[in-house]
Amino acid sequence: MTPSSRPAIAADHGRPARPDAIPAEAALAVRGLTVSYGEKPAVFSVDATFPAQSMSAIIGPNGAGKSTLLKAALGVIPRLSGEVHVFGRPVKEARERIAYVPQRASVDWDFPATVMDVVQMGLYRRVGLLGRLSGRMTRAARDCLDRVGMADFGHRQIGQLSGGQQQRVFLARALAQDADLYLLDEPFAGVDAATERAIIDVLKALEAEGRTVVAVHHDLSTVRAYFDHVFLINVRRIAEGPVETTFTTEALQATYGGRLAAAHLDELAVAGGRA
Amino acid sequence: MGPEFVQFSLTPILIGIFASVACALPGNFLILRRQALIGDAISHVVLPGIVVAFLVTGVVAAIPMLLGAAAAAVVAVVLIEAVKRLGSIEPGAAMGVVFTTMFAAGVLILEQTDTSDVHLDVQHALMGNLETLVWFRATGWESLLDPAALATVPDELPRMAVVCALLVACTVVFWRWLKIATFDEGFARALGIPASAVGFGLVIAAAVAAVTAFDAVGSIIVIAMFVCPPAAARLMTNRLAHQVWWSVGFATLSAVLGYVFAGYGPLWFGAENAVSAAGMIAAVSGAILGLACLFGPHRSRVGVGRQEAP
Repeated sequence: MTPSSRPAIAADHGRPARPDAIPAEAALAVRGLTVSYGEKPAVFSVDATFPAQSMSAIIGPNGAGKSTLLKAALGVIPRLSGEVHVFGRPVKEARERIAYVPQRASVDWDFPATVMDVVQMGLYRRVGLLGRLSGRMTRAARDCLDRVGMADFGHRQIGQLSGGQQQRVFLARALAQDADLYLLDEPFAGVDAATERAIIDVLKALEAEGRTVVAVHHDLSTVRAYFDHVFLINVRRIAEGPVETTFTTEALQATYGGRLAAAHLDELAVAGGRA
Repeated sequence: MGPEFVQFSLTPILIGIFASVACALPGNFLILRRQALIGDAISHVVLPGIVVAFLVTGVVAAIPMLLGAAAAAVVAVVLIEAVKRLGSIEPGAAMGVVFTTMFAAGVLILEQTDTSDVHLDVQHALMGNLETLVWFRATGWESLLDPAALATVPDELPRMAVVCALLVACTVVFWRWLKIATFDEGFARALGIPASAVGFGLVIAAAVAAVTAFDAVGSIIVIAMFVCPPAAARLMTNRLAHQVWWSVGFATLSAVLGYVFAGYGPLWFGAENAVSAAGMIAAVSGAILGLACLFGPHRSRVGVGRQEAP
């Protein structure tokens, strides 16, 4: 955990990467990450440390680079610069310890596959390109569906699911990866209340098992209920740390600028400066 | 089906089947990636590449033709990018403009060159020469066991069979990569699957199928087979593996029925001459797609049972 008792507002943007400064206990450590889609950087020189065995939220306004940070850390999109370590090792060497849940809208749900087909994609690291799926693995995949409350939907075509059900299938696929670090991109976007409840229960259970959860999150009203640790981003890092010390009015104002009414901020955030 | 069948129809039908299956296999994944236009573009762009390769080397051989097609593909990519930027129009339109222009250029070059001593002319480019790929030395089914007779089967048959087998093998070996990277590219990359290489390999596979099939059956079949059997197959099932099997079945059915209809269909209707086998095979594949659209069990899949949350 970051030991700071006050919001760590980053003042030194653009400093060089310092891979030697990666805390050993970090599940995910990003140093000097810059990503650009065109000429303007989407994420600029970001350092981020997500503590192990906790639940972290990546928070920021639309277009602030939340998803970009996650995808670039995973190598899903190329990074201009920066280093990423997962449990102290370069991300490329730690793939089997990472489970990834992309945004639900990023895939074509008319793809000819059943729910079970999608969940079994999560077993890829264990079966490899040509390995045979054993009966035990198939049963494990079915258990993962059961954990998200979708046990009866294994044979359903994925295009016939509701948005919430699709999100649960993606979560079940990540569970099938049996990873130590779960990275989720907007897991609660456009899902019904029951699904949101089911997903947060599963994530809390993962945390209780000693695993690490990092989620891109956009609903400020649930941050305090769901997460232990926050990372505030608006292209550059704004602040990071425990929710009770970092998720403050001033940090949110620095992140969102004039986009959120001050009164609204006060309701959401813990009082500024409170230790 | 006596000796005449083996002599005159067996090899063209087999070549038609291998060509159709070879194109349908990568077509499945191109369609699911919403890249059906790429198959179309490849089969058009291949023509100028092959013609120029012939002009440079003076022979109609597989390797120079493949290199020529590859070079033409590179030129096409550059031109598409240039048209897109200079004309600031959308990618699909840029692609359409470039590949039809290059195809037309190929036809023009072909007309201006002396290719009278080889099987390379405009009609051949469009429709191939399936009907001429007969097996003269065959005397009946027993010729299949006669090494001397087997040595005289048209070159196109073993070449198309090898390419078809190669594409089947690639589909089987890289099945999981193709499936995961086609459905969810981001997830595939996070797993360490080389998703870009998979996409690139798919285009290469389509180009190899197009060039080899082009030589034997012409570009009409190639264009039809990239799209029609996979699209019809998609309407028959909701499982990827089943879709690929259906597409192979439809491609085979198109080749057999198309060849038979082209040879005998006109006679049934009182006409005197057979029609182009390539044209008929492509037409049959289109008819199968039409039937699948009307009667396929999974044709109304889009949005079924979907309740979008706000």
